[in-house]
Amino acid sequence: MTIDMEQFKSTYIEESHEGLEVMESKLLELDSGTADKEAINSIFRAAHSIKGGGATFGFADISDFTHVVETLLDEIRNGKRDINHEAIVLFLTSVDVIRDMLTASQQGIEIDQARASEVKQQLEKMLDTPSDDTATAAEPEDNCSTSGWKIHFVPFPEMLARGNDVVRMLRELEDLGTLDVKADVAKLPALEDLNPEECHIGWDIILSGTATRDQINEIFVWVEGDCELTITPLLDTNQSGSVPDHDAKPENKADNAADVTPIKQVLQPKQTPLNASPAAERRVPGTESSSIRVDIEKIDALINMVGELVITQSMLSQLGEDFDMSRCEKLLHGLGQLERNTRELQESVMRIRMIPISFAFNRFPRMIHDMCGKFGKKIELKLTGESTELDKTVMEKIGDPLVHLVRNSLDHGIELPDLRVAAGKPEFGTVHLNAYHQGGNIVIEITDDGAGLNKDKIFAKAVEKGLVESGAVLQDEKIYELLFQPGFSTAEQVTDISGRGVGMDVVKKNIQALGGSVEVATELGSWTKFNIRLPLTLAILDGQLICVGKETYIIPLISIIESLQIDQKSVSAIAGKAELYKLRDEYIPIIRFHHVFGVHTDTLSLDDGLLVVVEGNGSKAALLVDDLLGQQQVVIKSLETNFKKVDGVSGATILGDGTVALILDVAGLIRVAQNGKFQQPRNIIENDGVAA
Amino acid sequence: MEAAQQIDGTNTTDMGIGVENDGDQLLTFILAGEEYGVDILRVQEIKGWDTVTPIPNTPEHLRGVINLRGTIVPIIDLRLRFGLESTPYGPTTVVIVLKVIGDHISRIMGIVVDGVSDVYNVQEDAMKPPPDFGNVVAIDFVKGLATVGENMVIVLDIDHLLNSNDLVQVDYESKLRDE
Repeated sequence: MTIDMEQFKSTYIEESHEGLEVMESKLLELDSGTADKEAINSIFRAAHSIKGGGATFGFADISDFTHVVETLLDEIRNGKRDINHEAIVLFLTSVDVIRDMLTASQQGIEIDQARASEVKQQLEKMLDTPSDDTATAAEPEDNCSTSGWKIHFVPFPEMLARGNDVVRMLRELEDLGTLDVKADVAKLPALEDLNPEECHIGWDIILSGTATRDQINEIFVWVEGDCELTITPLLDTNQSGSVPDHDAKPENKADNAADVTPIKQVLQPKQTPLNASPAAERRVPGTESSSIRVDIEKIDALINMVGELVITQSMLSQLGEDFDMSRCEKLLHGLGQLERNTRELQESVMRIRMIPISFAFNRFPRMIHDMCGKFGKKIELKLTGESTELDKTVMEKIGDPLVHLVRNSLDHGIELPDLRVAAGKPEFGTVHLNAYHQGGNIVIEITDDGAGLNKDKIFAKAVEKGLVESGAVLQDEKIYELLFQPGFSTAEQVTDISGRGVGMDVVKKNIQALGGSVEVATELGSWTKFNIRLPLTLAILDGQLICVGKETYIIPLISIIESLQIDQKSVSAIAGKAELYKLRDEYIPIIRFHHVFGVHTDTLSLDDGLLVVVEGNGSKAALLVDDLLGQQQVVIKSLETNFKKVDGVSGATILGDGTVALILDVAGLIRVAQNGKFQQPRNIIENDGVAA
Repeated sequence: MEAAQQIDGTNTTDMGIGVENDGDQLLTFILAGEEYGVDILRVQEIKGWDTVTPIPNTPEHLRGVINLRGTIVPIIDLRLRFGLESTPYGPTTVVIVLKVIGDHISRIMGIVVDGVSDVYNVQEDAMKPPPDFGNVVAIDFVKGLATVGENMVIVLDIDHLLNSNDLVQVDYESKLRDE
């Protein structure tokens, strides 16, 4: 039987990531002195699971590395070593390394061995040095004087069912030294009574070599309580002392040769799939499937909702069986209930994809910890509204922009402690992350009580970079918006975390790609606040329905600036072709929508239609459409599922009458219009026959 | 489905030819007088022609997309796809919704044909490879030729024919031919 290891691997990777998060947060607690004894145990357990799983699923690099971390943690846990700031920093680095390794294996790329071994060396160095003075007392009697161990190992029948693999354990033992195994098959039942999922064999194992008791214990740590286990040092070899190992080995081999062979045979077939799996994994990179953990309460709510829907449905069908106009009111009532059920069901289904924003916030304590150390700043992080929920996809995409903004606050915003004291502020700077719902949006605020933005400096810089005219008069908000221009950086000196001027424009672009917006407000010398507004989900969109010819299209409401009737006096055409519309003090290019999309329409003159002024990716355009229909929330359906990406179209939706309407991607549409490569309206060979 | 039944009533002569045999079952349809076949296991459903929502700036044979129970499904006019002259859609015109397996993913697509014809059983070895026409006509979307009674059925390799990456490319080829 071959077991599909892939599914376990992805679960392992996911769980390990969670384990790493636990390690990280507990380590930070330890560092700030708020942790209890339990914290170190949690860290140890997480490391141990990562190591054990790594070895089982063929991630040798990860398990080797984590092993060193775990050993060090074990010493701390047993009180043999004190934990200090230096150790915590090293552990945090190790967490990063393990995380990188996991990500690398997940994506099927090479692990950064150089970094891993460098950190590993540091860990080993720490392991070597102080343990001499603190921990030597316990170890020598156990470990140094014996040249081997006798292990009596009888698993309880149900041990295998808990996911323990004897073969793997024996293989690990084999790594520690020369192994002689004698199987005790006395308890093995007759074949017809044998339950293949139970283990009835016991083993007497002679391990010769310099393995320590700890190393052996570690292999059996998973099965503690699930087996009979005694480990005793090999006393007779120990007594003879100077007798070299070579003498003992042949003797043992002769004794046990007959028993050893069958076990080796058992070992062989099982090894093959294990060895083959890493290669198999590397062959299929990019087929990463993601899963989500859903609160059981949400599922229960969903089931309730479906129950109600079924009741409403049966009520309606009963009503339909013998319907007359006298029961019309009842029908309307039923339909109202159906609508309510449907909406609630939709909301609950959407809620499944929602996860609390703490997933994105959790990385910041660590980041601030690291950066405070690096820059000698004193910063306190305040998190509020962590339980505010938003769509998983939005969450994944907002992570990096958030990191960037927080980094900026830390690096450029908060001043050094002595500067702060001189300015009459508390020594500790505060960075406040806040999230809350507002309408159909989530708002994330990043506030720091640092130096604030200097608008004169920003303006001067923008002039220097040629982003604005030197004489231009700009409102304050406009000046702050310059921060989001590509190539803009006011930091006097570029540090390794920010100030390269490649961040803020990307931040804004990413947020806009999610259909959100970002604003900045500030007061010089006291605070800066970034305000990010995002839609709760990417699955639903507020849209304006427009009509061109016979077709209906949807423009995302967020891209529309205004809609207006055309005043012919404001229209001018450059060279008779490029039409412009003068809107207050701006000239906006007119895009004749039916041209770009090749739609038949009777509205060919500007007088008959309406202009919808839209903005996408920073450029504005006025779309000529036949009519505006209405605004509604639409469910976004992908065109790519069964077709492919189409320029100017971000997706499709299904209207109330069951027909498909395309959702416009304004930025793409403007691009298509600028390229000028579009089709003539098609010949219509509509359903003449069917209609006939 | 009503359309399909309607056609079954009018067009087909022998119902259930060779239904009892083993081998691949083909659903055949008529297009410009020729009979074409597709693997019946790939057919999701057959529906009457209905209005589509056109997709801008796509090849002409892509008529548009429809809503198939909440999924957006592209509809391809096979006459235009083969560079044939298009005719008005009539009462027998149907959309055959097919499952197309491309690289890594499978898609649902619909093809517009003149009418469905029949279901045949064709043994794998009874199918002949198409002759080589060189560069005159690109026929790599033909899986083989099957003979049923007196008639020839052109068995299509729909994965090749409807792979959306090919859509644009083939359109280019047919334009070259036209010129």
